Amino acid sequence: MSDLSAETHTAGPRARQTIPDRLGTPVSRMLGSWEVLLFGVAVVIFIANSFASPYFLNAWNLSDATFNFTEKAMIAFAMAMLVIAGEIDLSVAAIIALASTAMGAAAQMGIGTAGLVGIGLSTGLLCGAINGALVSGLKLPSIVVTIGTMSLFRGISYIVLGDKAYGNYPEDFAYFGQGYVVWAFSFEFVLFAVLAVIFGIVLHATNFGRQIFVIGNNEFAARFSGIPVERVKFILFLLTGLMSGIAAVCLTSRLGSTRPSIAQGWELEAVTMVVLGGVSILGGAGTIAGVVIAAFVMGLVTFGLGLLNVPGIVMSIFVGLLLIITIALPIIARRIKYASGK
Amino acid sequence: MNRLLKHREILLVGIIAIMVAGFSTRAAGFAMPSNLANIFNDTSILIILALGQMTVILTKSIDLSVAANLAFTGMAVAMTDAAFPGLPLVLLVVMAISIGAALGAINGYLVWAIQIPPIVVTLGTLTIYRGMAFVLSGGAWVNSHQMTPTFLNFPRLPVLGLPILSWIAIVILLLMWGLLTRTAFGRAAYAAGGNPTAAVYAGIDIGRTRFFAFVLSGALAGLSGYLWVSRYAVAYVDVAAGFELDTVAACVIGGISIAGGIGSVGGALLGALFLGVIKNALPVIGISPFAQMAISGIVIVLAVVFNARAERRAGRIILRDRGAKEVSA
Repeated sequence: MSDLSAETHTAGPRARQTIPDRLGTPVSRMLGSWEVLLFGVAVVIFIANSFASPYFLNAWNLSDATFNFTEKAMIAFAMAMLVIAGEIDLSVAAIIALASTAMGAAAQMGIGTAGLVGIGLSTGLLCGAINGALVSGLKLPSIVVTIGTMSLFRGISYIVLGDKAYGNYPEDFAYFGQGYVVWAFSFEFVLFAVLAVIFGIVLHATNFGRQIFVIGNNEFAARFSGIPVERVKFILFLLTGLMSGIAAVCLTSRLGSTRPSIAQGWELEAVTMVVLGGVSILGGAGTIAGVVIAAFVMGLVTFGLGLLNVPGIVMSIFVGLLLIITIALPIIARRIKYASGK
Repeated sequence: MNRLLKHREILLVGIIAIMVAGFSTRAAGFAMPSNLANIFNDTSILIILALGQMTVILTKSIDLSVAANLAFTGMAVAMTDAAFPGLPLVLLVVMAISIGAALGAINGYLVWAIQIPPIVVTLGTLTIYRGMAFVLSGGAWVNSHQMTPTFLNFPRLPVLGLPILSWIAIVILLLMWGLLTRTAFGRAAYAAGGNPTAAVYAGIDIGRTRFFAFVLSGALAGLSGYLWVSRYAVAYVDVAAGFELDTVAACVIGGISIAGGIGSVGGALLGALFLGVIKNALPVIGISPFAQMAISGIVIVLAVVFNARAERRAGRIILRDRGAKEVSA
């Protein structure tokens, strides 16, 4: 019987017992938690980086490094909620492309900064609503739906732009991706921090957040407990679309131009960030704190490798390995523990 | 269930026929047998990959690393051919299939032994394999003048009026049909995806079945690596970027349930041909090739909607729904 349940119910890293319950958690348990482990990794990488390159320990340099992950992390926050609820959205990068294209087209018509931001965010919301309607309205599997809409959204960008690019954004539009709030703290980094706090509160301290965990752990039970499963999922897709819209505003502003291939492959990096942050890919467990630390780890790794002149595609090997190893290690560790316990 | 599948295949044949007829009113000669043979030849690689993808999807998994596997293997054989022009072609093809199978086995092992969800494994190996193609080549291209003529011409040789590339696709179609409908492995693949619990009770090792499905998908991707490189006469890191989605799309259009356990070789073939006809028709009827991505997106979404309704009508909603969630998670 245990063999059976192993196949049908725990075919993966399902750390369900780690649903965060911070109050009264013993210090020893906290030290063993995924987040602390990951934080240790981040510190080690930070120290290694500062030895590897003399240019690393410089406030402005570090500030530059944050641009590596802030936009992706904004998407990862919403993606984390979606994954915890047992769904996934692979169309996020395509939404960025479409939102950026919409903003670019609007900018050519002479629409001002406020209008551009509005268009970017509403394009994101619209795309999220389409995903949400297909998944929660028509009850379709989110992985295929979002593979389809990924092709559709980016495809529309390609139809509009072809091999051309949009530029000529208003000058004050550059603030979102290039501006600084105080000293070396960029607008993007501050936005990232504020969003991290908001998402942390929503996921871990509200009814809505609780409902997400319940849905991810047992959708059937969630339905019987009176949780509006479809509505929660729809809101989550909407939220993911909105965050992709925000990321599109920041990225477009930072680059100052739009091509249909913008943010190619980001869906992968966002999912990697989420999984690296300790969110169970099978749903039901995870924390925003973990995703924040994972964002720093990935940003530091890519920045450090960049300082060492490692090409981008080789970095992607590290990201891929990081993804598989971080998932495999806890499973192997648990197995060894189980075997020695017997 | 069987009747439903037949129904779906007949429907797809009908849609493809209507599309071809429609396109031929805009461009005379589109429906000519020679042009249709061209389209088939053009779609051969997609058909081969879709058959591998289908086997994996049947077992309730997904292989997103096929295109990266193809790129790496294609690069490896092209570089070998360029460096050792004396090597016989058979050896290179065997090498392509073995490298592909080995990469597939890595996926399969991680899914089987470590029980990492297939989507995570293959998302990871997708970036790793393509990165390895870069490391292997140092970012350089292998151009047609560096490869031997036999290496390049073999898939093009006509046999009985069709190029060898088409014949390879036909042979693999027949082999896959035999494998999935006439062997214990085929039964196990359907059972592992259709109802894992029942499959375990029936004595089927689900993990091992998945492992072999991934090895098969990898081997076919490896073979496609050689075919792709020789057909387009160039090997570079970004070969077939994003092609894994086309293989999934072909399966979904062909009525292969993403939740596993449902689908046929004929469906995968028709799904691939559907995409092939659209791809070949766009330039003919004067639509920008840039529109192709959006069109396949719409087709995938519509196909998923259609599949879901068909499966719902069959009265298996509870099972399907649960399965779908497990895969999507």
